[in-house]
Amino acid sequence: MTEEVETKDAIKTQEYFVNMGPQHPSTHGVLRLMLELDGEIIKRVIPHIGYIHRSIEKMSEKDSYRQIVHLTDRMDYLSNHMNNEAVCLLVENALEVEVSDRVKVIRTIMSELTRLSSHQLWWGVMGMDLGALTTFLYAFRDREMINDIFEETCGARLTVNYNVPGGVMFDIHPNFQKRVKDFIKHFKTKLPEYDRLLSDNVIFRQRTEGVGILSKEDAISYGVTGPTGRASGFSNDTRKHKPYSAYDRVEFKEILMDKGDTFSRYKSRILEMWESISIIEQLIDNIPEGEIQSPAVKQVIKLPAGEYYQSVETARGELGVYVVSDGQKSPYRLKFRSPGFSNLFVLDHMVRGYKIADLVAMMSTIDLVIPDIDR
Amino acid sequence: MNAIRTYFRDIFHAIKTLLTGMRVTGYYFSHARKEIITQQYPENRDTLKMFDRFRGIVTLEHDENNEHACTGCSACEIACPNGTIEIVSDRVEDPETGKKKKIIDKFIYHYSMCTLCNLCIISCPTDAIKMDPSFEYSTFDRKDLTMILNKPGSQIRKDVK
Repeated sequence: MTEEVETKDAIKTQEYFVNMGPQHPSTHGVLRLMLELDGEIIKRVIPHIGYIHRSIEKMSEKDSYRQIVHLTDRMDYLSNHMNNEAVCLLVENALEVEVSDRVKVIRTIMSELTRLSSHQLWWGVMGMDLGALTTFLYAFRDREMINDIFEETCGARLTVNYNVPGGVMFDIHPNFQKRVKDFIKHFKTKLPEYDRLLSDNVIFRQRTEGVGILSKEDAISYGVTGPTGRASGFSNDTRKHKPYSAYDRVEFKEILMDKGDTFSRYKSRILEMWESISIIEQLIDNIPEGEIQSPAVKQVIKLPAGEYYQSVETARGELGVYVVSDGQKSPYRLKFRSPGFSNLFVLDHMVRGYKIADLVAMMSTIDLVIPDIDR
Repeated sequence: MNAIRTYFRDIFHAIKTLLTGMRVTGYYFSHARKEIITQQYPENRDTLKMFDRFRGIVTLEHDENNEHACTGCSACEIACPNGTIEIVSDRVEDPETGKKKKIIDKFIYHYSMCTLCNLCIISCPTDAIKMDPSFEYSTFDRKDLTMILNKPGSQIRKDVK
């Protein structure tokens, strides 16, 4: 693979390969990137995945539809509620069951809280990748409040398994509304602090602005979704285009940027946090009464034979669940279209010609979660 | 001339943004007592209270007469995605009616395989099993994580159908 390059001083240099990962702090998991380098300039990035493959899709083929839900917690563990919701919505749509308004609103609030907690973690880790170690502590302080809300209502902090086909597992805890309001009040004062700490910082700006530009056309052709794609101007918000749960009754903006550089991707997530706050504020005071689980969904779920697809917007982009059913208790084939997978493979396109330190910044703003890519 | 002005403006701007960030850090440095949210975990063990719904471990509830509500219907065993629960049941003749009745012999629970997904709890028709919020279960031997949940000599409660 190596070829000799002549520089203008007639010193011969050689291109070489460096492994980044599988154990590297800024790959956020067991991702291995093979970097083809010329000096410190990156010529090519070859992502190697599969280090945390647990064959969730294959395991789903033996599990019942109720059991599949708990596996999806372990894919994109930072978007656990949305992953659960995707499978539950698919089953409900296939059975043509309408869940109550209460369930829809609870699911939407939970999803937005998950999105906030995911973006908070991303923000903390992004700062840490670029050398600002304290951001991690600030983000985790605020994220802890969301985790407490989950722990009180769902019974777990990360692998919540709160949605079940036809509803949610428990009713919300009596303290839920108070805690969420407390959190929103707290976080509204802390989010400007995020900007003061990191967004306006001159070192951070210079490392992110104009770096790793992804054009709208490339974003579309690579299938880059989520805040990563929206920062390039690609309007892809599933919540807007194919509203599910209670997203059709709330007002929110789809954050679209036009530059497509690393800073736009950063900024789009910060602005998305404000949108999530506004969605929660609209819903939290008027959670309608209703049943928690639809009686139309039986204990043993058999989907009618056919093919079904459902997509939801996770914190990283569009998660699609595709099920082929042959009328049995478990799916004949199940496929997840995970947002992280498509977003990872645009990295090679973005990073060519930049330095390794820029690669770290770009990787942070793509917001990779490796178990989501490998499944 | 213009270039020099830009040069110095950039420097002052940079210092300003760095000081803005430092002010945030400084605030938390001077208000450290008010803002501490961390807990000293092993020391606060006596006062630490988990949330009621926290899923720590599956337990079979026994009352004061050493009676539980498990009928041995195996609904939890079927609901479990990982084969965590094994129920060994027996058929015993009821001395009053003379009919054969199913009772549990052993309720085997493999904690090492459990993902704490709560599916067994919601599938139980008699609410015999519960999630307990205790969480300190690390052991040196994996065998210790396989437990028999029904206590020795325990019986099914009379009113449970």
